[in-house]
Amino acid sequence: MNSLSKPRKWEPFFWPILASALLLVLWHYSVVWSGTRVFPSPREVVKGIGELARHHVLWRDIVDSLRRVAAGFGTAVILGVPLGLTLGWYPAANQVVNPVMQALRPISPIAWIPVAIIFFGVGDRAAMFLIFLGAFFPIVLACISGVSNVPSVFRRAGRNFGLTPPQLLAKVLLPAALPQILIGLRIALGIAWLVVVAAEMIAVDSGLGYLVIDSRNSGKRYDLVVAAILMIGVIGLALDLAFRRLEKLRSVRWGFRFES
Amino acid sequence: MSLTQPVPVPAAVTTKLSVEHVGMIFERDGKSTHVLNDINLEVDTGEFVCLLGPSGCGKTTLLNAMAGFLSPTSGEIKVNGEVVRKPDPRRIFVFQERGVFPWLTVEGNIGFGLSKLARAERDERIAHYVKMVGLEGFEKTYPQELSGGMKQRLEVARALAVNPDMLLLDEPFGALDSITRLIMRKELLRIWDAERKTIAFVTHDIDEAVQLADRVVVMSARPATIQQIVNIDIAHPRDISSPRYLELRDGIFRQIGLAHKV
Amino acid sequence: MQDETTAKTKLRIRLRPIAFIAVLLVLWEIATRRQLNHLLPGPWGVMGGIADLVRHGLLLKYVVASLFRVTWGFVLAVVLAIPLGLAVGWFRRTEMALNPILQILRPISPLAWIPIAILWFGVGDLAAIFLIFVGCFFPLMLTAINAVRNIPAVYVNAGRNLGLSSAALVYRVLYPAVVPSLLVGLRITLGIAWLVVVAAEMIAVSSGLGFLIVDARNAGNRYDLVLAGMLIIGVIGLLLDMGMRSLEKVKSFRWSYSED
Repeated sequence: MNSLSKPRKWEPFFWPILASALLLVLWHYSVVWSGTRVFPSPREVVKGIGELARHHVLWRDIVDSLRRVAAGFGTAVILGVPLGLTLGWYPAANQVVNPVMQALRPISPIAWIPVAIIFFGVGDRAAMFLIFLGAFFPIVLACISGVSNVPSVFRRAGRNFGLTPPQLLAKVLLPAALPQILIGLRIALGIAWLVVVAAEMIAVDSGLGYLVIDSRNSGKRYDLVVAAILMIGVIGLALDLAFRRLEKLRSVRWGFRFES
Repeated sequence: MSLTQPVPVPAAVTTKLSVEHVGMIFERDGKSTHVLNDINLEVDTGEFVCLLGPSGCGKTTLLNAMAGFLSPTSGEIKVNGEVVRKPDPRRIFVFQERGVFPWLTVEGNIGFGLSKLARAERDERIAHYVKMVGLEGFEKTYPQELSGGMKQRLEVARALAVNPDMLLLDEPFGALDSITRLIMRKELLRIWDAERKTIAFVTHDIDEAVQLADRVVVMSARPATIQQIVNIDIAHPRDISSPRYLELRDGIFRQIGLAHKV
Repeated sequence: MQDETTAKTKLRIRLRPIAFIAVLLVLWEIATRRQLNHLLPGPWGVMGGIADLVRHGLLLKYVVASLFRVTWGFVLAVVLAIPLGLAVGWFRRTEMALNPILQILRPISPLAWIPIAILWFGVGDLAAIFLIFVGCFFPLMLTAINAVRNIPAVYVNAGRNLGLSSAALVYRVLYPAVVPSLLVGLRITLGIAWLVVVAAEMIAVSSGLGFLIVDARNAGNRYDLVLAGMLIIGVIGLLLDMGMRSLEKVKSFRWSYSED
């Protein structure tokens, strides 16, 4: 915004590195000056990551968390996208179902834990159910808004060319709504990642969330706690970036404004 | 079949469009807007007719009714005696360039209505129309990389590819700059010469109407009625400084009641 | 005549979602009666649970506790993150510098911060407020940054052209231009805050609606209270959302359309 001077080529690398370095230094000296014996310094965190990796705990937990996300998010996509498309296509149906969805949506998936345990017992399945819940509503809502925001020209052109309603949905509405649907899916994936960590802190005994809680409970290993937290952040970011690549595909590129 | 041989297009199908006592009233929130009032019009096969009038006068509404997107509140629109009830590939509507599908390439757009054809025939058709509208070299390009004029050509190509009986164009050149507009008018006439469809063309530009149409249907402001139907009896290519052209054009100016000097 | 029939059809349309909810409730009741382990209550049971809570004065107490924490955490986050985010978004280089750090911290579930929260604040209100603060801070910063970045350059140029000082530029161009998208971001983040408070209360404190759910189950499998809690959470979350939406509709903020 304050673009009075154009940034030079090296700047997008220089500033973040500088800021991160400053942050690490600040962190290190806060730990030193406060004389805390519990909160880890950056160096201790790095050592902690190494320790976790060496004991293979890190990989196993990462895989467990990703596995649950895949199952829960995948189910949410398979069930949510068709439902959302249908509700977007038939506003009358949407009007009927919408109040129920708006009432269920603000309930944190974590609050569903007791119910989930009744249906699925303690363990993986319950966690996947919670992830499903967390991702489901954002996906449905994104599909509804994607379809209803398709400009009416496209719909009319489709009808003009003699498309039947199912063909119209598949050949016009779906491609036209796809950019918005993808954004919704990406956000839902981010939510799924948040939920899996939370679910693992409460209802299961493996995964990154569990690692966070367990490191504290069994021995106040705050270096491992912070290490696990950082891993959660990094992997969550990686998931988000990977998904963004989809937005660059030629057939959806038109729907996104990319920085030139 | 080589690409240099023309694609066989069936001889013009008799398309007699008759608009009979059509009226249109829109209801919204209890208020009714009287948009069209007793419109009577007949368009013959292969004719190029312009609907001319000020913005908001209802000419687009009439065009939409002809295409079958709207049903007239009173009266009927018939094509060859059959009442028009819904949109049909025989009457293709050309929106302004925004009707082009952004998720398909130029080829994809032109081939959109051709899914029922065999692969070879479809490809041939697409190539033919790409050439006809002058978009060679851009077959695999996406619309967001095309200029406004090119997108408009694409939309015309897409419309023609399904070989409709009638083309309905809604101010297709409205979003283009005036130089491109002049070029596009020539292009449209060239294409019309090659494949003589019945055309109904909506515009608010008097010069455009007189340059393009066989007959200009001058419509009044809302509630619209037909004020006058002017026969443009000049052969193409029309000389826009010829006395006859100016006479016809000024006649319409006066009919609409516009000042002659700026 | 015509007015009568349209009025009747309008009423029928309004009633449809209510009919749908009624159908769901009936199905739920039937399913409950037929279940084997008699753990989950039907709609009547839940109503009874709500009545129970009211009678013991717990309903109001827990709702107030949850709202109290949300308010504090949310407001603190707003007061810190919005001005900071606006500033960061305005100066391109600060955004370059901080973006990677923000992108790593953002996907970390607030609940993962629980061990740190307890370490710094002990178990109790402050820890919960801290979690809500963390959960709101990053989304709000990103909202503010994006809001500034999306100001059309024309507005800024026009302001500069008219000779506005930097302060006036901020006050008369920046602020009005960002308010609409800030409001949308605030609404979404408030929704996040509501999700976090419930989850945080299930783990880290001993009052509030989240705690109700956990406690009701642990102390005697009172699933009627569990579901009652979930229902109330949903309703209050919905009310909060609707409240924020009406703020968006206030005329003086309404110069750009808010999305759903």
